[in-house]
Amino acid sequence: MPEHSADPAPSGDQLLDSILQSVPSAETVRSLGDEVVRVSASDLIGLVEEARNGGFEMCVDITVADYLGIRTDHRFEVVINLLSLQHNRRLRLLVPVGEDDPEVPSLVGIYPGANLMEREAYDMFGIRFAGHPDLTRILMPDDWVGHPLRRDFEVGSVPVQFKASPQVS
Amino acid sequence: MAKTTTTDIWISGTEAPEPADWMVAGTDEGAQEMVRHETEERDREQRGSRVMDDWVVDDTIDDDERMIVNMGPQHPSTHGVLRLNIELEGEIVRRVKPIIGYLHTGMEKTAETLTFLQGGTNVTRMDYLAPLHNELCYSLAVEKLLGVEIPPRAQAIRVLLTELNRVSSHLVATATNGMDIGALSMMMYGFRERELILEFFEKTTGLRMNHNFIRPGGVAADLPDGWREDVDQIIVRITAALGDYEDLLKENPIWKGRTRGVGIITAEECLAYGITGPTLRATGMDWDLRKTQPYSGIEAYDFEVVTGSRGDVYDRYRVRIGEITQSLRIVEQVMHSMPKGDYKTGDRKVSPPPRQRINESMEALIHHFKIYTEGFQVPVGETYQAIEGPRGELGCYLVSDGSGTPQRMHTRAPSFSNLAALPIMMADSLVADTVACIASLDPVMGDVDR
Repeated sequence: MPEHSADPAPSGDQLLDSILQSVPSAETVRSLGDEVVRVSASDLIGLVEEARNGGFEMCVDITVADYLGIRTDHRFEVVINLLSLQHNRRLRLLVPVGEDDPEVPSLVGIYPGANLMEREAYDMFGIRFAGHPDLTRILMPDDWVGHPLRRDFEVGSVPVQFKASPQVS
Repeated sequence: MAKTTTTDIWISGTEAPEPADWMVAGTDEGAQEMVRHETEERDREQRGSRVMDDWVVDDTIDDDERMIVNMGPQHPSTHGVLRLNIELEGEIVRRVKPIIGYLHTGMEKTAETLTFLQGGTNVTRMDYLAPLHNELCYSLAVEKLLGVEIPPRAQAIRVLLTELNRVSSHLVATATNGMDIGALSMMMYGFRERELILEFFEKTTGLRMNHNFIRPGGVAADLPDGWREDVDQIIVRITAALGDYEDLLKENPIWKGRTRGVGIITAEECLAYGITGPTLRATGMDWDLRKTQPYSGIEAYDFEVVTGSRGDVYDRYRVRIGEITQSLRIVEQVMHSMPKGDYKTGDRKVSPPPRQRINESMEALIHHFKIYTEGFQVPVGETYQAIEGPRGELGCYLVSDGSGTPQRMHTRAPSFSNLAALPIMMADSLVADTVACIASLDPVMGDVDR
């Protein structure tokens, strides 16, 4: 059982440096006190494996943010929240993904718990997770068209069908 | 495909008769063609029971023994609308796939159309057994982006309410856990004591559930008159009731028989699958965000992290009972040390001017009106805030583009991640233990589907 300390890890950048050593393209930023690393999709697996070996045992959350109309270089950003219980710290990975070919490698091989989260991200944003064993819709019906959490998916765009009028307007 | 045949009369136990010739040769070509394509897989697909994932069919299992059963979505023991695709071999569960989405209402999408102040009404409906935790998590994330200071009294009120909410949530979990296994008295007891807390919530916030009381900037109102007596009564009566629960269940041989060694999950599996909360602590890990990454001033209070050792249903029940005691300890300390002062921040960007000022000043009235119609602007940024909800790590990922509504609001729902534990817990267990496993996980479908 890994132990954790009650205080945030001292200095701690040793850990981060050793993780980032193998991935020189990764860019470290701090966002309101959180440790955030920007990494390209091609380097993601290498970085996550390093993080996993470096003590980040848990993948807490995988989600996507859509920056339609805000960012021009890439529209989506896959957000991966890692947690280390033994070092008591968090690490957030941001993976920029373009609109044309939204694909990132799947983390199911490293963190099996990523399965449901990646399915949700796929369902809601249409991001494909390459190598995922079962990339199907999870919250929306199987025959749903579109990805509802994209910013250009309008609220209320689902046609409403009333009993009196069988034709969908 | 092996074709089984029937004859008119065949007495069981005697030698099976040869299939009659006409049965094989007599069918016309078209029908045979159909049969040839009627593979097991396709048949299952048509029945809606085909499970599509990475699993490779093990040919050694006799087909007659294997059966896929859909449990739910309307099953009373699935705590809402959870469907489980269960593959049975005789009476043994070989494989489980949770199928969710029946309660999906697009709350994360809705959040993008609500102002930051209105967002509380949205998130509070996610985990309807722990609405105050959802509000707290969301508010903390907004406050992190805003960078506002919360007065000590507001923080203490938040701790008081969320810990009471944890007690009421664990009471429901224990009650429904009892009901699912057949201890119906436990269900009555649990809901009876929960009512005490909900009455206090009604008195404080105006609503029994979905309070929207904890808001960015503080809380909506001060505690009502006589709150100390109410909280004192809650502590006394629930502590007494806990004794009843212990008499009822702790050494109950039927209860122990149904829960000991059932639904075991190890600490390593919990970490790999992202499972947090009482399920993780029942394996022996003393991971509690209230201790390790404290929020809202909870580090000032003295309490212990309750852990189990075996990671089975019984340990999870023990952890929840222990956490009720610890939460009541925190509540008692908050009650005695409640600081005086304001219950919301004095930052006029976030909180409206006091009532007295509105009576006197036109500008204050406009200010009040603007905050409640237009909302306040939150600086550009993204943040993740996690708190220890009753079911595990409850997180809020918030992105602001500088306007009055979030660019993206994502809730890391503990029930959602914890569902990944079900296939592990239930693999190779008896079908009768299914409901015990689900109940011990305490999933809230509103939280799972959002």
